[in-house]
Amino acid sequence: MLRVHVNGESREFNAPASLLDLLRFLDLDPRMVVVEHNREIVRRPELGNTAVSDGDKIELVHFVGGG
Amino acid sequence: MTTAAVASVDLPLVVGGRQFRSRLMVGTGKYRDNESMVRAIEASGAEIVTVAVRRVDLDRKKTDGVLYHLDPTHHFLLANTAGCYSAAEAVRYARLAREAGFNDFLKLEVIGDRETLLPDVAGLLEAAAVLIKDGFQVMAYTNDDLVTALRLEDMGCVAVMPLASPIGSGLGLVNPYGIRTIKRRLSVPVIVDAGVGTASDACVTMEQGVDGILMNTAIAEATDPAAMAAAMRHAVEAGRLAFLAGRMPRREVAAPSSPTTGLLG
Repeated sequence: MLRVHVNGESREFNAPASLLDLLRFLDLDPRMVVVEHNREIVRRPELGNTAVSDGDKIELVHFVGGG
Repeated sequence: MTTAAVASVDLPLVVGGRQFRSRLMVGTGKYRDNESMVRAIEASGAEIVTVAVRRVDLDRKKTDGVLYHLDPTHHFLLANTAGCYSAAEAVRYARLAREAGFNDFLKLEVIGDRETLLPDVAGLLEAAAVLIKDGFQVMAYTNDDLVTALRLEDMGCVAVMPLASPIGSGLGLVNPYGIRTIKRRLSVPVIVDAGVGTASDACVTMEQGVDGILMNTAIAEATDPAAMAAAMRHAVEAGRLAFLAGRMPRREVAAPSSPTTGLLG
């Protein structure tokens, strides 16, 4: 099991996993989300080959209404 | 009809090499629901629509993303760095926004005070320098200070966006002199951002000669947002036309409109 911090929340899921696996696990569309992995932006084509490790800090952001 | 009248005497707005027909830009925040937002944006005629970058809500992810409601091929999405209180934070949000893959334009905000949401000018200049070097087309939200506006232009910002009054205040244009001075001295577009409360504010602002207005709360918090959006569209066009038309001089005495000759004896 991996324990990671996603958007400030602790989440557990099965290892091994890529960032793309994490998005699928969370039922998120990779085209609608931008991923920051331990403060580094990960481009969409790299999500599938970027491994998630225990203790990683992941931010998943998108556009919301704003002025 | 009004749009055609404006088009016959006006040029398109050009920001960072891109042309826009509408001089009204609108935000997407604070609407009571997505349907009223979509209808208001449609009624505003705006092409540039601002959005904010926030964490995905892991529990109700499909409902809050603005892109589930706005067609990004139909609007020019302008990401902001609202809510950032330091240059470093603003740079982080800007890079995340660009990664969404729409464009490299950014409405840069660095806020300095939680009560007034007035800009932190030092942080703004610092962030603008980093982001311009990084290839962003920076549109900088700033105060009504000429010297800051000049610095932002010198650094390479593609537009300078002074406030009419504080964000969400609806106080209207509190310093017309300051805004006119900025417009007179800058070559890049000057787009007034924040503070407009109703259509007359938008009209008066455009009459100062600025290149456009960005607004959110005035439309979103109106009782009927779509009607207010339409009013703003007309007000921006009316103010622009009045500016281009050139107003009559102000006089301290009356001047009759009807002939003073040919009166009965």
